[in-house]
Amino acid sequence: MSQVFDIDFESHRKPRIAGIDLGTTNSLVAFMDLTGPKVVPAPDGGNLVPSVVSYTAEGEFIVGSAAQRLLIDAPERTVYSVKRLMGRGIADVQEELSLFPFRIAPGSESVIRLELGERTLTPPEVSAHVLGELKRMAEAYIGEPVTQAVITVPAYFNDAQRQATKDAGRIAGLEVLRLVNEPTAAALAYGLDKREDAVVAVYDFGGGTFDISILRLHGGIFEVLATNGDTHLGGDDIDNRLLKIALEDVASEWGEDLSHNGEAVQTLRRAVIQAKEQLSFVPFTRIEFSYRGKTYRREITRELFRNLIHDIVERTLEPCRKCIADSGLTVEQIDEVVMVGGSTRIPMVRCAVESLFKAKPHTELNPDEVVALGAAVQAGILSGSVDDKLLLDVTPLSLGIETMGGVVSKLIHRNSTIPASAKEVFTTGVDGQTNVLIHVLQGERELVKDCRSLARFDLTGIDPMPAGAARVEVKFLIDANGILSVSARDLRTGKEHTVEVKPSYGLSEDQVEAMISESIAKAEQDFQERQVREARLEADTILTATEKARANDAWFDLSDEERQKISHSVNQLLLVYHSGDHNLIRSKIDELNEVTMKLAENMMNTAVRSALKGTHV
Amino acid sequence: MDYFSFFGLERKLTLDASRLQQRFYQLSKEYHPDRFAQKPAEERLKAEEASAILNDGYRVLRDPVQRAEYVLRQEGFDIGEQRSKDVPPELLEEVFELNMALEELRHGDEDARASLKEAHGKFVAMRAAADEELCALGRRYDETPGRDALQQIRALLNRRRYIRNLVAEVEKELA
Repeated sequence: MSQVFDIDFESHRKPRIAGIDLGTTNSLVAFMDLTGPKVVPAPDGGNLVPSVVSYTAEGEFIVGSAAQRLLIDAPERTVYSVKRLMGRGIADVQEELSLFPFRIAPGSESVIRLELGERTLTPPEVSAHVLGELKRMAEAYIGEPVTQAVITVPAYFNDAQRQATKDAGRIAGLEVLRLVNEPTAAALAYGLDKREDAVVAVYDFGGGTFDISILRLHGGIFEVLATNGDTHLGGDDIDNRLLKIALEDVASEWGEDLSHNGEAVQTLRRAVIQAKEQLSFVPFTRIEFSYRGKTYRREITRELFRNLIHDIVERTLEPCRKCIADSGLTVEQIDEVVMVGGSTRIPMVRCAVESLFKAKPHTELNPDEVVALGAAVQAGILSGSVDDKLLLDVTPLSLGIETMGGVVSKLIHRNSTIPASAKEVFTTGVDGQTNVLIHVLQGERELVKDCRSLARFDLTGIDPMPAGAARVEVKFLIDANGILSVSARDLRTGKEHTVEVKPSYGLSEDQVEAMISESIAKAEQDFQERQVREARLEADTILTATEKARANDAWFDLSDEERQKISHSVNQLLLVYHSGDHNLIRSKIDELNEVTMKLAENMMNTAVRSALKGTHV
Repeated sequence: MDYFSFFGLERKLTLDASRLQQRFYQLSKEYHPDRFAQKPAEERLKAEEASAILNDGYRVLRDPVQRAEYVLRQEGFDIGEQRSKDVPPELLEEVFELNMALEELRHGDEDARASLKEAHGKFVAMRAAADEELCALGRRYDETPGRDALQQIRALLNRRRYIRNLVAEVEKELA
């Protein structure tokens, strides 16, 4: 056999790593197969799972298109676009909250706590539900457990946002092998490395974030030269613009302010999104919204739409110009432009990109799927099944430490290839001082107050000495995921120092651990329920078969005692059928199997005899 | 770890950029953490460290100024920023004029913008001249290495840093 079928079965035994695009609006999961990356189909037939999570009054979580419907029916229990809240504190999202109908629980300074019905959830937990859904889909599709994943993030995500994404994966029971920047993933999916030496720009305008990356492709290496972006800019902003106008229209036409009515706002949001999407294909359309017997209609032309969103599109061009400057290249040296993200379907966006880069943008691949496909390619690189490609990505933001006078001293500059590291020697300022506090920040500005606080590290256990005598070398390392770690060494003794980390934003390790154990408990419960369901199915099969057998000749060949035993066993099984204990159900099934053994044999013999006689049973 | 030997290159101030890039790509394929994803944690950590050294080294070596500073530091020279505060004597006049123009602009005199632009052009040209000089001094050091050559390079780098700060200051003001 093996000479005939020369297939490497070994390669299929390796655990398969999922490639996941955890998007603001939609999420997808993809795998590498023998012919290339493939997106896993969603239950509704499409490929996209809406990144919407609803917590029902019955205490169950619903994810995806089913949850999307609940945005209208149960807006106070349903959350969307949670990616915009990842790794952020309440002070960061005031603008969002004026438009999103989310209720925020107290204590949301460093991690936002969303109130969904009776539950309070952090953004990583909400994202974990989306990831859990993708995990289930993926497992059903490939027929084996999925425990490892590559997850994409906007290139311009900071440390806290990346960490939050990684936490979400862990809570969902996924080992996140790598976070990949979305534009870079898209470049992988396009396979533009076929050209021997090329420079490519990736313009990624999604639901909630905007990224631009410029890469050099050379012999299978994808080297990111520079990246820029805005993690607060996306299709959501366009929707909100249209929504605001429509709400004002409705207020003046109906004399009724609906902006605080969750159900009405969500219905109207649907209507404006539909109009927006249609305008990518037709020159004019209509926003139509019916509510409590009243109807609002408004014609909208592409021209008007263009004027409405002009400044939003313009806001994407400034990061592009900065990125080109940072790459050290001119526009003329950029060979190709790749378009990613649903918002790049808007004709005006394509025009703006074309005129800035003086090149016709690539739109061959579905802009909704290309990032997930790239994530699958990266998963292939990590599993070893793709060995002719390698991504060299960069850190989008400079990393620095607070020095005297509230000034930030930069240690690792933006657009440095990662992993990247920097070392700095610290000493004490007062006699007998035994610890040094280091404040780490991310950002390009000079002053601490204008940068984003990342974490405070406390170097402890320094021997008491005169001021300035201690010498502790601190190593800052940004890993291939763009996440910082810090280690310290005493230069006099060579001893490793302990570093206590106090992240400024995000969950602590203990909190993540607690969430993981909760989700494991939940998974255990799910597993139990499935076992019970399966046991009942098995019981159904044997009960039906036994019932049927009562009409067979073989039944009458049994002794009264044997027939009684079977009836007794059937009753026993029926008694435990509705218990929640699958072991009990199984043991009764076994008993029934045992006592019907002879019956089954008899039936078999009858069947054989009939077959020999050439008649049917 | 010496960056030059890590890249398998001779320790020289004059470097062939395309050869450096080629080595960088080659070594990336060898050391990048992606290549070790299925390996034990210990090997993964080692790869991460090697990969960080590779990337840090590439950043330093591909830039002539950082490369020269790196060699100076290795040779025990102090290249602290504080020295850049002293105005190099040959720049005294230009700096004086520049400060006047900056002052005028801050007081709302828009005419000063033109003289600032002119000054900007002058400083950018000076920086380019310094870069060329750095190349020449580098070549000389590579032929006959010695502390004299390095001292000259250090003086040039201080001057260049001063000019660079001026350019940045003018650009900030003009923006």
